[in-house]
Amino acid sequence: MLDAIIQGLLLGGYYAMLAAGLSLLFGVAKFINLAHGDLAILGAYLVLFGVKVLGLSPWLSVLLSLPIMGILGWLLQKYLFTRTQAAGFLLPLLVTFGLGAVLQNGLYGVFGSDTRSLANYIGDLSWDSWQLTDQISVGKLPVITFACAILVLAGLQLMLSFTRLGRAIRATASDPEAAELNGINANAVHCSVSAIAVMVTGLAGAFLAMRAQITPYDGPVQLIFAFEAVVIGGIGSLWGTLIGGIVLGISQSLGATLISAQWFQLTGHLVFLAVLTARFYSAIAHQRGGWRMFLKQSYFSITGSLPSKVTKTKIKNG
Amino acid sequence: MTLGSTSVIAGIGIDKHYGAFQVLHGVDFSANKGEAVGIVGPNGAGKTTLFGVLAGSTAPSAGVITYQYTDITATNAAQRCHAGIARTHQVPRPFLGMTVFENLLTAATNGAGLTGYEAEAFAVRALIQTGMSPLANRPAAALGLLDRKRLELARALATAPKVLLLDEIGGGLTEGELHQLVTLIAQLKDDGLTIVWIEHILHALLKVIDRLVCMSEGRVIAQGHPKDVMSDDEVMKAYLGSELEVAL
Repeated sequence: MLDAIIQGLLLGGYYAMLAAGLSLLFGVAKFINLAHGDLAILGAYLVLFGVKVLGLSPWLSVLLSLPIMGILGWLLQKYLFTRTQAAGFLLPLLVTFGLGAVLQNGLYGVFGSDTRSLANYIGDLSWDSWQLTDQISVGKLPVITFACAILVLAGLQLMLSFTRLGRAIRATASDPEAAELNGINANAVHCSVSAIAVMVTGLAGAFLAMRAQITPYDGPVQLIFAFEAVVIGGIGSLWGTLIGGIVLGISQSLGATLISAQWFQLTGHLVFLAVLTARFYSAIAHQRGGWRMFLKQSYFSITGSLPSKVTKTKIKNG
Repeated sequence: MTLGSTSVIAGIGIDKHYGAFQVLHGVDFSANKGEAVGIVGPNGAGKTTLFGVLAGSTAPSAGVITYQYTDITATNAAQRCHAGIARTHQVPRPFLGMTVFENLLTAATNGAGLTGYEAEAFAVRALIQTGMSPLANRPAAALGLLDRKRLELARALATAPKVLLLDEIGGGLTEGELHQLVTLIAQLKDDGLTIVWIEHILHALLKVIDRLVCMSEGRVIAQGHPKDVMSDDEVMKAYLGSELEVAL
């Protein structure tokens, strides 16, 4: 069980890296990118292309893919997302959904439907592990992925807290019009955020391809994982996203170990639903003046009478 | 009026309509360098919309805006901020996810284009000017309305403006606070800033301004020396005779 928790924790690092871009774009530009998972897969294929076709080393290929993904993110925001956002909240959903379909079929057209992986190109790293105790060993790749996720999130957090761009991003997230009046070009900020988000997403995709087999149609599942990590951790907070990713990873890992291997995804989804339900009711309770009031009202609406204790107090006061 | 002849900022023939609803009807407005201009008028007169047009956050339907003898109609709010036009909002719009100091630092780096120590020093200056130093590290979201209004002014000052558009920043202040505000604005005017101030609290406004503009239903109905404007028949009528008489 401790082993399952450790493996889940490490997997959570990958989820956090995957979700960071989704969270950032939602937090600042206020829209949900349904092509998010497909962009991760695109990043993975870009690295594969560098390795297989250009014959680069995998790490060099990852490094080179990052600026390309960044530029892609910038262009997508400038020429697609900004324009669709002007037409309300529904259009960006439809457009990014369509973009996802284009990416899937585009990748299928170029690379075919075979499953592919970077695992063959990174040598021992794909299976090698450190033996911690007799029962517990940790894979080198998951540890590297986790460390990389922490570095990326910490880097993003430092950037947001202490740099000029970071403050401009936070100001724009808070109030784009007031930001403009303080000399910030909100459109440029949105483009930068999109560039960063797509770059980080591509990196996550590369790590996915090192760990697992991918096909052009794997994006939507990654989108769901990213979405779950963001919702569990709370929208708009990078460290929340890390927590969300880790909770998701550990739930999946525990489900697979304690129940059965098929429960890997399902446990994650159930925990996500549980968190969502809890958030939903806590929001209602907050609206109605706290949990106690909310529970009393719920009790009343179900039974048609107040709990006896409440009735007594009422009589006494009356 | 010739196009921005002596004025540092001017709007000429400004129309603004939202669909069929016209908010501004051919408004001519200008302010000279170092001048303090007050704008009064009943609610819905289009005062705040005029500010939006001057600051670049609202695009006019027709008309030209000039700044320092240049046509700036096509520029956006960020460019105008860089050029030296700053505005405050009647309902404060602080960057809620940041502390007071970070709000000012954002304005100093992005608006005034300063970096490093210079930007920090400038933000500190805005803190001191507005008396917000004790609140420097308070999250903006934790401020009350009055402190948010002060932050609004401080943030505008941190962008190093040449023209300051103030939208009802005196509302809700006590007499003492109002006196401090008037002193600060007079000081800024002496430093060479051009001030345009929308305010309902006339006795405060009159202590600072050189010229008064009265707007009603999207038009400028009178402008000139404050005393003359306030004794104008049309101005009295627009105000329904109430507010002005009380103020006088």
